[in-house]
Amino acid sequence: MIVGPFIISIYVFVLATFVGFELIQKVPSTLHTPLMSGANAISGITIVGALSIATNSEPHVSSIVGGLAVVFATINVVGGYLVTDRMLKMFGKKK
Amino acid sequence: MNVSTEFNSINGVLVPLIYLISATLFILGLKRMGRISTARSGNTLSAFAMFLAVIGTLLEIGFVDYRWIIGGLIIGGLIGTVAALRVRMTEMPEMVALFNGSGGAASLAVAVAVVWSRIVEQQVTSLPSEVLGVSQSVTVGLSIIIGAVTLSGSYMAYLKLQGKINKGRPILLPLRHVWTAVFTLGALALSIYFAFFAADAAQAGTIILIVAGASLVLGVLLVIPIGSGDMPVVVSLLNSYSGLAACATGFMLNNNALIISGALVGSAGIILTQIMCVAMDRSLLNVLLGGFGAQAATSGSGASDEYTSVTSSSAEEMAMVLFDSESVVFVPGYGLAVAQAQHAVRELTDLLTKKGIRVSFAIHPVAGRMPGHMNVLLAEADVPYDYLFEMEKINSEFKSTDVAILLGANDVCNPSALDDPSSPIYGMPILNVHQSRSVFIVKRSLSPGYAGIKNPLFEAENASMCYGDAKKIINEVIEEIKTLK
Repeated sequence: MIVGPFIISIYVFVLATFVGFELIQKVPSTLHTPLMSGANAISGITIVGALSIATNSEPHVSSIVGGLAVVFATINVVGGYLVTDRMLKMFGKKK
Repeated sequence: MNVSTEFNSINGVLVPLIYLISATLFILGLKRMGRISTARSGNTLSAFAMFLAVIGTLLEIGFVDYRWIIGGLIIGGLIGTVAALRVRMTEMPEMVALFNGSGGAASLAVAVAVVWSRIVEQQVTSLPSEVLGVSQSVTVGLSIIIGAVTLSGSYMAYLKLQGKINKGRPILLPLRHVWTAVFTLGALALSIYFAFFAADAAQAGTIILIVAGASLVLGVLLVIPIGSGDMPVVVSLLNSYSGLAACATGFMLNNNALIISGALVGSAGIILTQIMCVAMDRSLLNVLLGGFGAQAATSGSGASDEYTSVTSSSAEEMAMVLFDSESVVFVPGYGLAVAQAQHAVRELTDLLTKKGIRVSFAIHPVAGRMPGHMNVLLAEADVPYDYLFEMEKINSEFKSTDVAILLGANDVCNPSALDDPSSPIYGMPILNVHQSRSVFIVKRSLSPGYAGIKNPLFEAENASMCYGDAKKIINEVIEEIKTLK
């Protein structure tokens, strides 16, 4: 049997999901909001897909939509990490 | 070595290795986010992992026209920075909802751009499953559906949190479950049709636009029947969807970095969703079917729902009781956030602590509009986090508490959940505030909370209401206590 790349991707998906469950289950409720916004920033990983599609600045639909994808993903990444850092800075400032 | 083989080794070995390191750092970063002492460095590590992934992608695409990429990075970076630095901590649920939506929008846009660049603009005449490959052509549809549902659902959640739609109350369309089923199955069926039967480029493009449109409507349909009090569940679930959208995009592009990161976010969102549901003693299905609180609110004019014997009191009286107490527990709720009262509460806490009174905060898991919302607000106001207690830890303490003060909290302290089997919230774990010697309820009015039901605590003998804005009342209490010295 030849295992195709798609099946390997499914393996990766299932295993990563379990890692996620293990990691998040132990997080105390105090940190749930920063955890959520930090996880949200990670979902901005779509930026990788967006960059690989916005490689052309001809006024084609594909490049315009690809450029928009870069904008949206970057908002998600930059905003998500900054706002999480802002919150965690407040948690850390106790002497 | 000529240029092309050099590129092959970059794309074949180096780039996948960079993605692997990036995925590992995401996992380590998330692990560090589980403890207060390491959380900030964990977030930084995760941001660095993202930076690595972007570098990997730039290496992978090689020399291209960078104008759109640079433009997109600058515009997105500016919007993200300004939003993140300007948002108030009380508005964090809205901010997270909007960032979620923009993650969904990115997945949607990437999938649409793939279809246009590989099929529509190439004027291909073969089936998408032949052009893109079977698994890719099917996951294009998934990426669009999940991305679009995340986008419109998150935007609806944002509007609901702002109270801009029907004041945050559920909207129950006739036959809503039928419509939801029709749009879900329709979008799925059309994506399959796109992959295997779309005969030419024009048809493929049209189908993809219909799938995207239907999914945007679906996101709205899924969120409008849910009341704003259930938004902690919805925001957590949409967070999970934004991860799954990234996963679907990863399957479409055959990129494991996207799949791993997306799966991590997906599972994080599911766990938070589960925690919220347990805290309300409701199933996820019950929350998602929606309408919670709508019936109770419309039948709320019944005689049994009217308050008959409510005691009200002033800031002055509260100050006197506080002055003579030994232990005080604050119960913050969404009203605290609305009134921006966290700094005033911290000042009062300092004043009481200085007098030797023991002050604690009881945090119900669903207090506020997102998981952990109250903790963030109190951290912003510099309340030490060892003053904050989870429900299980503090519930046994109320019996020996002199004064409990509810600040814009309601349903999470409703004793009907314990003793009235006919109540819609019966069985929901609550804070046992009613066991304290005296209870002050700081609230604008007697209006019901998200469950839309009466709270017998407001009529209890040991309880009295302080009507008004939480910040204003707490400031008055502070002034009164100062004069009592």
